[in-house]
Amino acid sequence: MDLEGAARRPYSRRAFLLGAVSASAAGVLAACTQPAAAPTTAPAAAPTTAAAPASPAAAASPAASPAALASPSPAAAAAASPAASPAASPAASPAASPGAVASPSPAAGGQFTIANPPPVPAANIASAKPYAGATITYYGDGVGQGNDLDKAAATQFQKDTGINVNVVARPQSSTDTFAQYQRFFQGQSPDLDVLMIDVIWPGQLASNLVDLGPKLGDASKNHYPGIVANDTINGTLVAMPFFSDFGILYYRSDLLQKYNISSPPKTWDELTQQATTIMNGEKGSNATFGGFVFQGSAYEGLTCNGLEWLSSSGAGNIVDNGKASFNNPQGIAVMNTAKGWVGTIAPRGVTTYQEEDARNTFQTGNAAFMRNWPYAYALAAANDSPVKGKFDVGPLPAASGQQPVGCIGGWALAASKYSKNPDASIEFIRYLTSPEFQTFRGVVGGYVPTIPSVAADPNVVQAQPYLTKVGNVTRVARPSAETGENYNQVSTYFFQGVNSILNGQDAASVVPMMQNQIDRLIG
Amino acid sequence: MSVQAPAQVQTAPVALPAVHSELVRRQTRLAWWLLLPSLLVVALVALVPLAQTVLASFTNERLASNRAVQFVGLKNYASLLTDDAFWHSIGVTVLFTILTVVFELVLGMGIALVVNSNFKGRGAMRAAMLVPWAIPTVVSAQMWRFMYHDVYGVFNDFLVVRLHVLPQNVAWIADPATSIPAIAAIDIWKTTPFMALLLLAGLQVIPTDIYEAADVDGANPVQQFISLTLPLLRPALVVALIFRTLDALRVFDVFYVIFGNRADTQTMAIYAQQTIVSFSDMGYGSAISVAIFLIIGIFVVAYVTIFKVEQS
Repeated sequence: MDLEGAARRPYSRRAFLLGAVSASAAGVLAACTQPAAAPTTAPAAAPTTAAAPASPAAAASPAASPAALASPSPAAAAAASPAASPAASPAASPAASPGAVASPSPAAGGQFTIANPPPVPAANIASAKPYAGATITYYGDGVGQGNDLDKAAATQFQKDTGINVNVVARPQSSTDTFAQYQRFFQGQSPDLDVLMIDVIWPGQLASNLVDLGPKLGDASKNHYPGIVANDTINGTLVAMPFFSDFGILYYRSDLLQKYNISSPPKTWDELTQQATTIMNGEKGSNATFGGFVFQGSAYEGLTCNGLEWLSSSGAGNIVDNGKASFNNPQGIAVMNTAKGWVGTIAPRGVTTYQEEDARNTFQTGNAAFMRNWPYAYALAAANDSPVKGKFDVGPLPAASGQQPVGCIGGWALAASKYSKNPDASIEFIRYLTSPEFQTFRGVVGGYVPTIPSVAADPNVVQAQPYLTKVGNVTRVARPSAETGENYNQVSTYFFQGVNSILNGQDAASVVPMMQNQIDRLIG
Repeated sequence: MSVQAPAQVQTAPVALPAVHSELVRRQTRLAWWLLLPSLLVVALVALVPLAQTVLASFTNERLASNRAVQFVGLKNYASLLTDDAFWHSIGVTVLFTILTVVFELVLGMGIALVVNSNFKGRGAMRAAMLVPWAIPTVVSAQMWRFMYHDVYGVFNDFLVVRLHVLPQNVAWIADPATSIPAIAAIDIWKTTPFMALLLLAGLQVIPTDIYEAADVDGANPVQQFISLTLPLLRPALVVALIFRTLDALRVFDVFYVIFGNRADTQTMAIYAQQTIVSFSDMGYGSAISVAIFLIIGIFVVAYVTIFKVEQS
């Protein structure tokens, strides 16, 4: 080090560097804590993995929080995730909507708030008491408000029965969630007790799940028979219905009114026209305004969107009678229509959007139409939502002359066969699927009930107006039952093909290729 | 340390004396005993999983399933030969490897040369330049994903809104034309410091007096670089190239975070993971893994042969 040179300097280089670094650090911190920064970072903070920082302040913590890295499924983090799971729930909770935790139910009676879940029913307490003191790990929801509701349930359950529940938010993408469960089951890990499974998974995961029939068979009779049948594999009840789901169209009623559009679109062509009109009008004031957002990323959610496009155009339900059924003129036409939206009425990046990306775009007022699940309703209608009171929901459009459809979604609760506390797990599932708790979830979170009596409850109907508006829409199911353990592969061929069409390839060449792949696999 | 002449001396292997003395034999046996623990660890950690994978590739095993496992011979490998998706993934991986290794080599060399020279704050500079390498890939990939966002991203903000260089927002990740260069940029940003570090280590053992001699002879900096620095740097260069090429051929994390399971950007490792985890097909997935191992092996053999890494 050249001390001679340093001594000759008129100023201290070290002091200058110190000052520069602290000034820039202070500037960066000041910019990060600006309140105006919060809405723009929150929508951008919705990637596929649960490591998304929910607020600018949390942006500094992903590097420091090992748990936040443990939730997504990259193989390198696999070993860390079970160990980090108890600590993961506060850090990894992707409550991307600002203030979702504190917002009370928008419409229903004041007794339904997140802070006030229903007490555990007496019969449930009685059957759970023998297992008091046990600790179970629950892999619950990771999208929207689900994690907050799960934590409320865990706290209440612990208070009433003495069974401790560690709530872990599953990865946002259901594809990633499935990979997580695969790892647990392959290793026969006892670190997983209760898990939330997608409506398409009972067939694929059944051999790793506890038979719920003996203890919950009677309770299952309260739920819609069709959903219970979906969760029953070879006569064994492997999961209890948690909530149902179907695709619906969200639209900005205020913008429709502003541009003199009398009613939401009934056909895909009308959707294109209305979206174009609104976009042209709004572009001047909002350069990033998009007409229509949906889930276009290459994952399971795109299979749902694609199924809705096909089924509403009379092009089949992906797999019919054991063969791929979408290679027909209507199917190719609707795929090319969807391709035409990308870059015109849908943002170019829509091929990387999942549920939360689309919801954030719509909820911050940057889209006129959105296709999403009902969970987004409660969040978009919350007090802090920029579009509160300005939107409504309706059935998705269809081809002219065809009926509108909604893809069946929904999740169920199951218990892992390798759990050390299967009975305690079953009792927790009993509470979560009870009519009381389902009413609570229906009112506070907007989750569609699976129990007919809950669906008729006036509080729930008031909180979920779409139940009546879209209640009669035909529900179409993905071909998980027909394709059994090959479903994931069939779905992957399908969504990869549709994603490449959305990214610019011609449907006329991609659709036959998709058909070949699927037929070779299941034929 | 005496200055070694920069000659490429090939030392012929020395033949052992015809009579093996008891001392030599005893020392050889001792050497084997001392090496045994390390060899056992390597065998356990590397060879056993490799053998398991090769065995699984000859079966129809499924993940997390209780079905009986059957031996299917070479059926998985036959399917692999006709699997378009697999060959496409090899193409994506090789393209990514070439892009990143070339840029990282050039930029890393430049940075190493700069940091090798003497200036104030060199120590701090060397520490600071490693920051991209130190951040976990998943975190930095997430960061870059936000920057590349087509509506809220920083790049579009600068290039379109503030500087007006581009006419409209570009969907860097979604658009197939820009997706591979975009992800190559992430990897180049992250790994150039590592290359620079390896090359810097190589540069530091080159004695400075040969440059003085070259100055006296009237060689300009470019000639000095080509005829003095590069040949002397060859061992470090080979090590750095092998490291980077192997890493790039096995790339998974940055592609998974940015693209997920998108078909046109799958690398070999992502395709293997999808087959094993999403499709639960352990048998076929193991065959893919063995194929990846063999492909990477080909690259290693090619490198070692081309550069003729000799004994010192």
